[in-house]
Amino acid sequence: MAVLRWLRRNLVVIAGLCTLAYLLLPNVVVTVFSFNKPKGRFNYSWQEFSTDAWRDPCGVADMCGSLSLSLQIAAWATIGATVLGTMIAFALVRYRFRARGAINSLIFLPMAMPEVVMAASLLTLFLNMGAQLGFWTVLIAHIMFCLSFVVTAVKARVMSMDPRLEQAAQDLYAGPVQTFLRVTLPIAAPGIAAGALLAFALSFDDFIITNFNAGSTVTFPMFVWGSAQRGTPVQINVIGTAMFLVAVLLVLAGMLAGKRRNKQSR
Amino acid sequence: MTTAQEHGGDVRLTGISKTYGSFTAVHPLDLTVPQGSFFALLGASGCGKTTTLRMIAGLEEPSSGTVHLGDQDVTALPPYKRPVNTVFQSYALFPHLDIFENVAFGLRRRGIKSVKKQVGEMLDLVQLGEQARKKPHQLSGGQQQRVAVARALINHPKVLLLDEPLGALDLKLRRQMQLELKRIQTEVGITFVHVTHDQEEAMTMADTVAVMNGGRVEQLGAPADLYENPRTTFVANFLGTSNFIEAEVAARSGDDLILKAGDCKLTLPTARCTGPTATGAKVLAGVRPEKISLTHADDAGRIPEGRNRITGRIADSSFIGVSTQYVIDSPACDSFEVYAQNIERDARLTPGAEVVLHWNPAHTFGLDAAQDVEAGASKVEEDASA
Repeated sequence: MAVLRWLRRNLVVIAGLCTLAYLLLPNVVVTVFSFNKPKGRFNYSWQEFSTDAWRDPCGVADMCGSLSLSLQIAAWATIGATVLGTMIAFALVRYRFRARGAINSLIFLPMAMPEVVMAASLLTLFLNMGAQLGFWTVLIAHIMFCLSFVVTAVKARVMSMDPRLEQAAQDLYAGPVQTFLRVTLPIAAPGIAAGALLAFALSFDDFIITNFNAGSTVTFPMFVWGSAQRGTPVQINVIGTAMFLVAVLLVLAGMLAGKRRNKQSR
Repeated sequence: MTTAQEHGGDVRLTGISKTYGSFTAVHPLDLTVPQGSFFALLGASGCGKTTTLRMIAGLEEPSSGTVHLGDQDVTALPPYKRPVNTVFQSYALFPHLDIFENVAFGLRRRGIKSVKKQVGEMLDLVQLGEQARKKPHQLSGGQQQRVAVARALINHPKVLLLDEPLGALDLKLRRQMQLELKRIQTEVGITFVHVTHDQEEAMTMADTVAVMNGGRVEQLGAPADLYENPRTTFVANFLGTSNFIEAEVAARSGDDLILKAGDCKLTLPTARCTGPTATGAKVLAGVRPEKISLTHADDAGRIPEGRNRITGRIADSSFIGVSTQYVIDSPACDSFEVYAQNIERDARLTPGAEVVLHWNPAHTFGLDAAQDVEAGASKVEEDASA
């Protein structure tokens, strides 16, 4: 009886913890196996604890090169998609023009389209244009599919923004540039930041579209895929764990900053 | 102080109008608001009052006409170059800035570096010194309203524009803020132009009220003047309540007109009739509910001579503390409203009683009968839904 009652009272917490475990278990496995010392080429069964891979993360040929390439592409794709997407979002919310409805739905199309279809059609397009496959084709493709996500994130924010705030800024002697920098941009910033983060994550780990359009260029996801055929170096787990840690630290920093801001204003 | 400064805060609108496509929001309008006055634009929603205000602020471009501030023509100036500031409806405080920075915004945009002292003084004026580091959403509605006023006033504008600034507050707080705003205006001596749909608010706060209807100013004047001498049925009904009797001019007697309405004769001072005064002309004789006395029909003989009187029967009465409001059906006019002070109440005055309504003829006003008697009367429901 007592057990049942305890269960009933804590059911929500238990369900929550189980879901969390389900979400995070893969990350735990990746982290644990980054300290493995595998026998043979495959890092799939636990042998013994070692920090070898952590001490020499770039010990695998070409891996750090592809990682740096992926980071570069993700950074540029994020910048490109965020700038263009933010402008599109503002145009769609603020202005009434003829094709507005059509563009609103067209923007969603890349998100709904199967990635492999988009990849194949992009490749056809690039080949027909006679473009050299490589860094630039990958970057163009990434900016393209990140755009829809940025537009969606920013649009939601701009739509909920009171146009009177900008009028108030103008009324208080702020010219068009000042109004945008001091009022519009800071208020839209959370939406823009969300769109940028989404774009970075999407671009960094995209495999299908990249694989079709990269030519002989090898990004990090492509490297992982390629090496999985021949054996999996522990260093892949090290990179994976490091990425996860960076993400966790970013989230923690954001939370702390938010808390401090709230405390200050209280 | 020089003369130029004395008139520096005059707002002069000349032939100003605003049309959206085929819809005319404001018909060509001439209006002068003298420096230092508290001016109210009063009207129901959609009457053009807010559009007029926004044209003064520069947030709306007039379709025709000019806006002058003092001697300066500001018609072509964008809002950020006009020496006016606005308190917006629902305040429009910047959510990402704290109260201090909200108030300092205007000063900083004009390149003033040391703002601390001024902002501190301004926050003290509106009694929010303690809240300087809070964000707008952490304040109550009344406090946000005061921040909005402080944010505008700190710039020492020539004119402060207020767009329904008290609309979002509950009744008690609104009364308090009305007095507060009036106090601030007297203290700083800046011209206030206040837009509202609340006739009581306009009358308590403003020196001059312009009643707007359908994009036009119906009448302009001091609150008491508008109330006592309405020139149209719209003004008579929108400001308080009025009773109207359809009558015909029967004769003239000295300074008075003798009116005939059904069986009864009414006296109307000629000076108080804005309608036609020729014999035979149709006029509406108006009288305010609180000017009327109610006497039971049995005591009709005790009513002094020389008063306007009509007979009727009490249809309804409601006791509201300081007064009792009666609705009286009379052959001259159905549902006549009478507000009687609750002193020496006559216990016979209950629904169904036959009564005589009588009032001093000097309280009668005459309007042209060629207008809608009900104009402006529906505002009660509108206020309730607003």
